[in-house]
Amino acid sequence: MRQGLLRLVPHAVMILAILLFAFPIWIAIAGSTQDSAAIARGEISLLPDLSGLGVYREVLVQGSSGAGPVWRALLVSAGMALAIALGKIALSLPSAYAVTFFRFPFRMTAFWLIFLTLMLPVEVRLIPTFQVMSSLDLINSFTGLTIPLIASATATLLFRQTFLAIPDELVEAARMDGAGPLRFLRDIVIPVSGANIAALFVILFVYGWNQYLWPLLVATDPKLDTVVIGIVKMIGVDTATEWNKVMATAVLALIPPVAVVLLMQRWFVKGLTEGDK
Amino acid sequence: MAGLRLEGLRKSFGAHEILKGVDLALADGEMLVIVGASGCGKSTLLRLVAGLETPSAGRILIDGRDVTGIDPSARDIAMVFQNYALYPHMSVFDNMAYGLKIRGLPRAEIRAKVDAASALLGLEALLDRKPRQLSGGQRQRVAMGRAIVRDPKLFLFDEPLSNLDAKLRVQMRGEIRRLQRRLKVTSLYVTHDQVEAMTLGDRLLVMHQGVPVQLATPTEVFERPADTYVAGFIGSPAMNLLPGLLGRNGTAVSLDGTEIDLGPRRIPRPDGHRVILGIRPEHVALDPAGAAWPVEVVELLGSEMLVHGRSAAGASLTLRTANGPPPGEAIRVSFPAAHLHVFDEATGLRLEPAG
Amino acid sequence: MERRTLFPGRMLPALLILPQLVLTLVFFLWPAVQAIRSSLEREDAFGTSTEFVGLDNFADLFGDPLYVAAIGRTAFFCAGVTAVSMGVALLLAVLADGELRGRAFYRTMLIWPYAVAPAMAAVLWVLMFHPQIGLVGAWLNRIGIAWDYKLDGTQAMALVILAAAWKQISYNFIFFLAGLQAIPKTIIEAARIDGSRGVHRFRTIVLPLLMPTVYFLLVVDLVYAAFDTFATVYAVNGGGPGQSTQTLVLKVYLDGIVNANIGSSSAQSVVLMAGVIVLCALQFRFLGRKAVT
Repeated sequence: MRQGLLRLVPHAVMILAILLFAFPIWIAIAGSTQDSAAIARGEISLLPDLSGLGVYREVLVQGSSGAGPVWRALLVSAGMALAIALGKIALSLPSAYAVTFFRFPFRMTAFWLIFLTLMLPVEVRLIPTFQVMSSLDLINSFTGLTIPLIASATATLLFRQTFLAIPDELVEAARMDGAGPLRFLRDIVIPVSGANIAALFVILFVYGWNQYLWPLLVATDPKLDTVVIGIVKMIGVDTATEWNKVMATAVLALIPPVAVVLLMQRWFVKGLTEGDK
Repeated sequence: MAGLRLEGLRKSFGAHEILKGVDLALADGEMLVIVGASGCGKSTLLRLVAGLETPSAGRILIDGRDVTGIDPSARDIAMVFQNYALYPHMSVFDNMAYGLKIRGLPRAEIRAKVDAASALLGLEALLDRKPRQLSGGQRQRVAMGRAIVRDPKLFLFDEPLSNLDAKLRVQMRGEIRRLQRRLKVTSLYVTHDQVEAMTLGDRLLVMHQGVPVQLATPTEVFERPADTYVAGFIGSPAMNLLPGLLGRNGTAVSLDGTEIDLGPRRIPRPDGHRVILGIRPEHVALDPAGAAWPVEVVELLGSEMLVHGRSAAGASLTLRTANGPPPGEAIRVSFPAAHLHVFDEATGLRLEPAG
Repeated sequence: MERRTLFPGRMLPALLILPQLVLTLVFFLWPAVQAIRSSLEREDAFGTSTEFVGLDNFADLFGDPLYVAAIGRTAFFCAGVTAVSMGVALLLAVLADGELRGRAFYRTMLIWPYAVAPAMAAVLWVLMFHPQIGLVGAWLNRIGIAWDYKLDGTQAMALVILAAAWKQISYNFIFFLAGLQAIPKTIIEAARIDGSRGVHRFRTIVLPLLMPTVYFLLVVDLVYAAFDTFATVYAVNGGGPGQSTQTLVLKVYLDGIVNANIGSSSAQSVVLMAGVIVLCALQFRFLGRKAVT
């Protein structure tokens, strides 16, 4: 009997943890459907009010005070996340391929220069990067929002790890079959690394979607507000905040990245833990 | 169909010389097996021929054409790799067809070639499978098929059976042999397994530390090993190698005082010359009148057994016998003169009789 | 580690690596060099001229009690976030390892906060702990605890630490679970036969084998807490009340962008750069050069 109860302890802890993890989201979901005034009085209920689901339509199409329609912000976020994820893959795949499968002058120098960017997050080169952006006239442009984030070492390193794991004999077999470097990249390397590319896509999509400081810096035009920027703006206005709309926007902002992670969970976990170490 | 010739082939990695000069000529349709322990340079030799490495010196000629600086795919060769190196994301058909597609062959011709090769290898039913859905033996066949469809002048095999279990290895060995005989393609086959080498090769090249030590038919290598290395490497269990002194005007060897008669031959070295006397375990004869060797271990192999003895001086001797030793703590054995090998202790080289 | 087989050619690889290299130079290395340069310069009051002042900006920085306080605050914040997120994640991973039924389900349910933006984590926790509208915040006030993170610096710090740690638990959990599952079952079985069990087995067998993961996560979490949480802290309270949650990254932003003090902000950037380099060096030391080569 004691044994049996003891065996339930891990389950109990796990379930508790899951509930605690999900609790903030649940509040946002439940709250989004309730009356804004009631929430402001501190009378938020844990049960959603299904009749209040219309709020999602409202924020999507009309937006709320202090922020434009959410569909627009979602579009900017999606565009930014996709551009960053695909851009990074398109850029790092060839560069990782070059440093792993070739020997050329200054190869290691180039590799280390790229590697250095790991040590230079936006936060430590804030003002000079801003100055570069403005001298290139990229402030308040979609290009400015995405291009500078496309270069980064993480993806290059991950691809390099993946490529180093491709057996030499596979390369040799392909060479004997007469495949040149570009053909080998297209016919063998990319298909073989499919799972890693998928994993990286998840990581980079989430990274892109979640950017805050960078858009805050280079995109002051409300038209270029991402949904993350938008929602922080919404809670900043403390008077007459429409809390149900804030919560609905929060839920909408969470759905895409969470969905991507959950749907691609298998590759994502594998790629993350095998690549980073 | 074509021959292969290597002239003064050398390869160094940095200051380390892996291959110290190899000259070799393969006849048309011949299967030559390169055998040696790991690190002897056999794989490097194969990779040089394949064009996957560039030689430091020397020339490689296939069918009389110098291919030394030519890209692997232009050498008209095919290679079977140790771990098969099948493209994991392609079907069996695509694996075999890939090289032909790159060469730009018409689809119908590719289809015909792949079909012919898969019929030869019994792969017809597996053409749509992916490599991971195949057994080890089937993957091996696909790797062979990939080589065959190219219709090359030269086959290269890089330890193709070492990833298979013992039973399958024997079966595939036979298949490779039959296939090679049938296709009559000149072949270079690298292995560390001496049984594989003995059964597959028209000739063997035994390599040791980057140097070819013996090039001969399997029978010749087995019966007349060129030095103590070959003597110890070929044959299982290994040949007994016993240090002794030459005596009786070069017609006998003294082992710890026991005189062993060499028969009619005379070794042209002065008496007292230090030699190694070699005799295979199956040739050591039980002989009540022979010298006594205390028994250390007896290993039962089923139909026969191995008896390990050790002399007072510390020399060890292995005897292979079907009957079992007479009970007791020691065996008495003699060494029939016809089966004795004599090597120079200093150089390790085989000493041939004079005249 | 190098490959044995390579392709010949020089132009092709150079072309392949060029785009990445150009972006790296323009948006990373050049700004970094600029940051170092302007950290050694000072603008006059009207922004018309700059002069070279050597290490004056750094001297001013470390002579400023506000900056020194921010260093201490940041250290406390990072330690808090790292300890909470690693502690909870390790506990959950240990429970989820083993023969727990439904492990895949639990993992799925614990992974998703990885996808939550740092800024969104702040928003969710504000919605929960807001003194008037937050379910928890309002409840605390009703039972007589004066909860208002907008007025009380300690409460604000606690809130940002929890919000930042909450999001990072997922990431740590994924790695701890992978690390635990990579420990060969035979080693655990050998320890069982040796009579080692429970906490003792965890401390003497499992934890030492998990140390590479621990070190790795330690560095990742510290970097996360030091940099990525800008959005979390900024969104909760903008560094307030007062300066009570003003971390170093927040200060770079506020001093540089909001107050336009380029020299000081650049000097702060350079200090942070040094910090990242130290963290990277630590990671190298602990993990060898495995992560890179």
